Amino acid sequence: MALSVREYRARIKSTESMKKITRAMELIAASRIIKAQQRAQSAAPYARELTRAVSAVATYSNVDHPLTREPEESKRAAVLIVTSDRGLAGAYSSSVLKEAERLAERLRGEGKEIDTYIAGRKGEAYYKFRGRPVKHSWNGFSDQPSFEVAHEIGQTLIDTFLDEDGGVDEVHVVFTRFRSMLVQEPTDVRLLPLEVVEGESKPDSAEVLPLYEFEPSPEAVLDGLLPQYVQSRIFFALLQAAASELAARQKAMKSATDNADELIKKYTRIANQARQAGITQEISEIVGGVNALADANAGSE
Amino acid sequence: MADNDQLQVELVAADRTVWSGQATMVVAKTAEGDIGVLRDHMPVLSLLVDGVVEIVAVDGDRLFAAVEGGFLSVANNRVSVLSQYAALSHEIDVTAARAELEAAASDTEDGDERAKRAEARIRAVEKAS
Repeated sequence: MALSVREYRARIKSTESMKKITRAMELIAASRIIKAQQRAQSAAPYARELTRAVSAVATYSNVDHPLTREPEESKRAAVLIVTSDRGLAGAYSSSVLKEAERLAERLRGEGKEIDTYIAGRKGEAYYKFRGRPVKHSWNGFSDQPSFEVAHEIGQTLIDTFLDEDGGVDEVHVVFTRFRSMLVQEPTDVRLLPLEVVEGESKPDSAEVLPLYEFEPSPEAVLDGLLPQYVQSRIFFALLQAAASELAARQKAMKSATDNADELIKKYTRIANQARQAGITQEISEIVGGVNALADANAGSE
Repeated sequence: MADNDQLQVELVAADRTVWSGQATMVVAKTAEGDIGVLRDHMPVLSLLVDGVVEIVAVDGDRLFAAVEGGFLSVANNRVSVLSQYAALSHEIDVTAARAELEAAASDTEDGDERAKRAEARIRAVEKAS
């Protein structure tokens, strides 16, 4: 045995307290994830109505708006990466960053320069450590994003998109889509220029959109509508990312707890073996000592 | 859809549905002035300004809500009011709104906007009482 019984006991103790922590984190993540899903659900009506309105304008007027206009030549792209603020969520942040790298690779292949925007401390740390430039970053909200943050991010991205010189020609968002408790996949979506009516949130095609009257004018309505549409899509991405982060954390913490259990079992076994070996040795020493004494006594008598 | 004089109204904020139900009339403040919506109104999509939206529910209750910009869309007797921020009068903290109004007065940058929003909230509460 390499270590004494006492040292094994200490290891068991520390593993046990670690297990308590990971267990607590697992439970916290599990309870928060329900809240995160509820938030995502309660944000859905807004997104749905907004999509309806946008598709109504798009159907009944010739959409020509700076936000939907395809640039003739796209030279610069902005990428918003949605990561988490805190770690201990398994491969959550690294897989979204990997996806971002892939997207960046592809965009560079198309001859575009890339401006990086980051949400979440983990992404900031990743870029800072590698000394890569980041245009702007936001943090402090990854597990419960508010609409204000989405609004701010959206405004920043729209501003840089509309900026004629020095601005970008397209905007992409990389975030983790929440499929289920077990599956979260990092995805990238092109946010700007907008493709009006995306397949995903499209209203039923059977539903015929009525002939709307636009006040004050279709252009003005579009002007007000599209930025909000962009912001609502960013909000959607943030909410999905939050739910995914919590799900990833729950999963990671569950396996950490399970591993701690395994370790405790293993250490207990080794400790018992070491204890037994110690006892055996003590007994054989005593027996050896007694025998030696008896031999010595027998010799002197 | 009911065949009386009802409208299906949804008042939706960015992060939740504020109010949803049957109503007989909706009054909102658009960029071009106040608009009142009754049953069989023509389809309209219009921009709202910061202000108060009034909803007369089927049971005669008058609800007032403060909204910050947003849209009103009317079609097939369905009225949706969308706004980034929307709150019904009883959810609004008047003292906080008044404090905000005062704070906005000293804010030179976007004080006007903040003041208008705070005013809208105060007005919604005043109308309701």
